[in-house]
Amino acid sequence: MASVIDTLIQGLLLGGLYALFATGLSLAFGVMRFVNIAHGDFIVLGAYVALAVLAVLPVPPLAAALVVVPVMAAAGYVVQRYMLNRTVSRDPLPALLVTFGLSVIVQNVLLEVFSGDTRRLDAGALATASIGLGDDLAIGVFPLLTLGIAVALILGLQLLFARTALGRALRATSDDREIVQLMGVNPKMIYGLAMALASATVGLAGVILGMTKAFDPLLGPPQLLYAFEAVIIGGLGSLWGTLAGGMILGVAQTVGFRVDPGWGVLFGHLAFLGVLLVRPTGLFPKTRDR
Amino acid sequence: MNLLTTQELTAFYGDFQALYGIDFAIDEGEVVAIIGANGAGKSTFLRSLTGLNRVARDAIRFDGEPIGGRAPHDIVKRGIALVPEGRRLFPSLSVEENLVLGANPGRPGPWSLQRVCELFPILAERRRSPGTALSGGQQQMVAIGRALMSNPKLLLCDELSLGLAPTVIKDIYAAMPAIVAAGTAVIVVEQDIGQALRVAHRVYCFQEGRVSLAGDADALTRDQIAEAYFGTSHPIAEEAGHGIRH
Repeated sequence: MASVIDTLIQGLLLGGLYALFATGLSLAFGVMRFVNIAHGDFIVLGAYVALAVLAVLPVPPLAAALVVVPVMAAAGYVVQRYMLNRTVSRDPLPALLVTFGLSVIVQNVLLEVFSGDTRRLDAGALATASIGLGDDLAIGVFPLLTLGIAVALILGLQLLFARTALGRALRATSDDREIVQLMGVNPKMIYGLAMALASATVGLAGVILGMTKAFDPLLGPPQLLYAFEAVIIGGLGSLWGTLAGGMILGVAQTVGFRVDPGWGVLFGHLAFLGVLLVRPTGLFPKTRDR
Repeated sequence: MNLLTTQELTAFYGDFQALYGIDFAIDEGEVVAIIGANGAGKSTFLRSLTGLNRVARDAIRFDGEPIGGRAPHDIVKRGIALVPEGRRLFPSLSVEENLVLGANPGRPGPWSLQRVCELFPILAERRRSPGTALSGGQQQMVAIGRALMSNPKLLLCDELSLGLAPTVIKDIYAAMPAIVAAGTAVIVVEQDIGQALRVAHRVYCFQEGRVSLAGDADALTRDQIAEAYFGTSHPIAEEAGHGIRH
């Protein structure tokens, strides 16, 4: 029984990490209806930016997020305004191709600058700290912190979408990109801001990734896959759905690991396929087809 | 003084030329109706005025300045608002949010959330509902209110009566005098000719992308309109002529 509960708890905590990876992807899709193939590579880029910051500033790795998040947000805005906005149309193919190209470019630039060696952001005592729950159960402090950050982030984004003028403009732009212009809103600007928000979450995800596991320049594509699966399981365009999707993926992977250490990732993919078969639109879809 | 003029306005809808050299003028405080059959170019004309259709720079002058080819978000800040065909409310936004977003261009003027709710009291009751949960007539009121919230000098109304019951159309058009009294000029595009003639000072009739008739609403005869509308003296003209004053 204790091992079942332990598996469930570890799975939910892992889900927090996946939800953090997936939030930016979900947000960008929700507003702009396009899938950023370079999403995983941007997360890894965030980890390397943190590495560079920590080489200059002797602060704890989490504090590096104070620099990484605004840098990534600014980079996201620039990439959207001057590159990706040119690809936005009813045809999703140009955006897919351009972001695929970006993915290759980011990987190769990182290889050139940082080499292919694996790196890690040293989390210090935080990496191994745990809270004991009885004799057989223990919860890692850092995974718990990661889940807390993911929940707080999604809550914050939900509030931004529901309560602020920017949130209103983001929803309206997602609803009707043409008519929103008649409200004095420049959709290209809104897309830039949406990508800046998404990239801010990506920067945070990068710092957490670097503290969670060793990373190298080619680690992006698997992160995209996990993020993509979390978004699809949860339902396109729903941030709480993305959190639930991340948790389902995390639990499935943890169960797989318990069955056989080589099966963890496979179980995650099977859970994804299962949801896709039963509910092709995901569990909590918000996106309307018009 | 002319508030807005178009000169030799030409516009395309995809590869299809929808407007052929339209000359048009509207004065401050005036209500002008544009009538015409389906595909005559009425909606394209309104879309061109708002910037949703790209046109030549000097083809449209508003408040003395050329605005052709400017972006829609810039044109609405100058004072032209559109009530689009089919209403096009934002489904993710409540009634109140739809209206508040309309004020985004930030123009000062008489229209506020409170004033719009006085004009259409039902909207105050339904302000927390999703805009698309309302009846067609109520949605049309939201669409008009949303456009008024930008305090436009010129309000463009595209097919206000489309798909609405006659009593609802009457309620909607009952708001028109208050809008004009607040100092807004109005262009109404209508297929309902009788309705158009009742509210308008002047009428333009479009036919296949050209102005086929223009004149004071009071001065035009039923035969003139029927011919401008259909191109020839057509038996359907009898039908269409109902509601036109003689």
